[in-house]
Amino acid sequence: MIKIEKLKKIFSTSNGRRIAVNEINLSVEKGEFFALLGPNGAGKTTTISILSTILKPSQGTVTVDGLDVVKSPHLVRQKIGIIFQDPSLDDRLSASENMDFHGRLYGLSKAQRLMQSESLLKMVDLWDRRNDLVRTFSGGMRRRLEIARGLMHHPKLLILDEPTIGLDPKTRRTIWEYIHLSRKRWGMTVFLTTHYLEEADSADRVGVMDEGILVAVDTPENLKKMVGPEVLVLQTDPENLESIRSFLENRFKINDCHLDPEGEISFPLPAGEGNAINIVRTLPGNIYSMTIRKPDLDDVFIQMTGKNMSLNQENASPFHRVYRGKL
Amino acid sequence: MTDDIFDNQAVSIDIPMPLVRDLRAIYTLWLRDVIRLWRDKVRLVGSLIQPLLFLFILGGGLRGRFSGGMAGSENYQQFIFPGILSMSILFTASFAGIAVVWDREVGFLKEVLVAPLSRTAVVLGKVLGGSTNSLLQALLLFALFPMFKIHVTIGQFIGAILTMFMIGLAQTAMGIALSARMSSSQGFMVLLNFIILPLYFLSGAMFPLIGLPTWLSMAVLADPLTYGVDLLRGILLGAHHFSLPIDILALGSFGSAMIFLAAKLFNMESPGL
Repeated sequence: MIKIEKLKKIFSTSNGRRIAVNEINLSVEKGEFFALLGPNGAGKTTTISILSTILKPSQGTVTVDGLDVVKSPHLVRQKIGIIFQDPSLDDRLSASENMDFHGRLYGLSKAQRLMQSESLLKMVDLWDRRNDLVRTFSGGMRRRLEIARGLMHHPKLLILDEPTIGLDPKTRRTIWEYIHLSRKRWGMTVFLTTHYLEEADSADRVGVMDEGILVAVDTPENLKKMVGPEVLVLQTDPENLESIRSFLENRFKINDCHLDPEGEISFPLPAGEGNAINIVRTLPGNIYSMTIRKPDLDDVFIQMTGKNMSLNQENASPFHRVYRGKL
Repeated sequence: MTDDIFDNQAVSIDIPMPLVRDLRAIYTLWLRDVIRLWRDKVRLVGSLIQPLLFLFILGGGLRGRFSGGMAGSENYQQFIFPGILSMSILFTASFAGIAVVWDREVGFLKEVLVAPLSRTAVVLGKVLGGSTNSLLQALLLFALFPMFKIHVTIGQFIGAILTMFMIGLAQTAMGIALSARMSSSQGFMVLLNFIILPLYFLSGAMFPLIGLPTWLSMAVLADPLTYGVDLLRGILLGAHHFSLPIDILALGSFGSAMIFLAAKLFNMESPGL
């Protein structure tokens, strides 16, 4: 469905050139659910803008369903639906007018528009509010309306750029129900960018992106296997972090520790019985808690880039703080 | 929520021919602009205030200073009436450009730019919507014509509407072309003021084009609105400064050039999406 070859995008800014996307290669199958994971500024939105024909590649080729995004942008646009990161509704029009407007732009007949509008507005629970102006809608309602609108012309490829950012968990869940329903219904391909780990977790494959480079592409399970079978998380005093890190490096040859300035240190656990206890016993300073858990995509990201993706984001992985008893 | 929400609906959607699709899209964009103006009664009525001030206060004040016989008119107010109509069109038409920048700021423009229609269709839809809006507002002012003892036949009325629509097209296209690369509405307003006021003052809307200093008459000739004002005044008061073909040719070529330029600019990569 999507084929990206040696894609490069360079922006010229006031202080020189900035490479937003650097030589990425990627192909996504028909019907696949693909998630592009990475921190803000990694180049996810730029990639999506090129896929949706808003921006043109500086180098390389991108095709959607066999069609080149530069040579036949109109045909590509007919096949894709996009839910943008920022709102894109006309808030002076009503919900059904926004739907109708979209249907007209995509060439739907009047009967098709009425039918699609009704079934989709009912699906996202906005049918009762269909004649109200969008400016009276809450953030979650607007998002639901955008999802309904994006599905109206039955896109073969649905592109979602951080679709659930700032939404409450319940709305987030319902939105995913609608999307999965549509995937099942007409075999729609989904291309998602996100920094919510659990959203990426449910994808068929995940691409990890950082500073314009696609550092890894695989199924969530395989990516986690690359980290190791288990991750050890220790809680200590913040001033003790550095000495533990160098101790682990010298004594156990563990090089990929991740430090959290609050006093948390995590690293992939080397294989072997009783290893965790052996390591913790010899460590200098106070250890207040230890947790052994399965790796998540955040660990994958740390391993790949040496950075913590969800640090300082409201949605830091809940698995991080599991057990805090004193050892 | 279950699967049967979808059960009575056809999944296949017929995709129309590109030309049909573009024509439908142009109509859609036009319809949106007209609906929005109709909902925004404050804008509809508020934009009449400035032309009315010029017409009644400036026009009324200067009326006694100018004796009749100016370019086929009986008095000053009658003389400036076509100019005031052009002014109303100039201001509201350029407003269409601001609306594009606003659409960009609130994100709605993205919805239009990723839809399967050509950039030329986007430009034509916006130009037709903006010029229809400016024509509707000019018609509200036009209704005042009996107050100035202007006699309008059906033929003159049709001619005036066509002329006002042409001025609207040309000026909306100019506004849209200017908006193509702008991402801040405040910046756009500053830019627009630099352009609109000279266009208006140089157009001969407020004074006859005879006995001007050379530099001024050169500037007047370079102003595309001059020919629109002259055409409208010729139709309503029966006195052209230039000839009818020159007016139509100048206005028409300026309008076409602006539409072409706007389509060209919109076909380039959009800024700040």
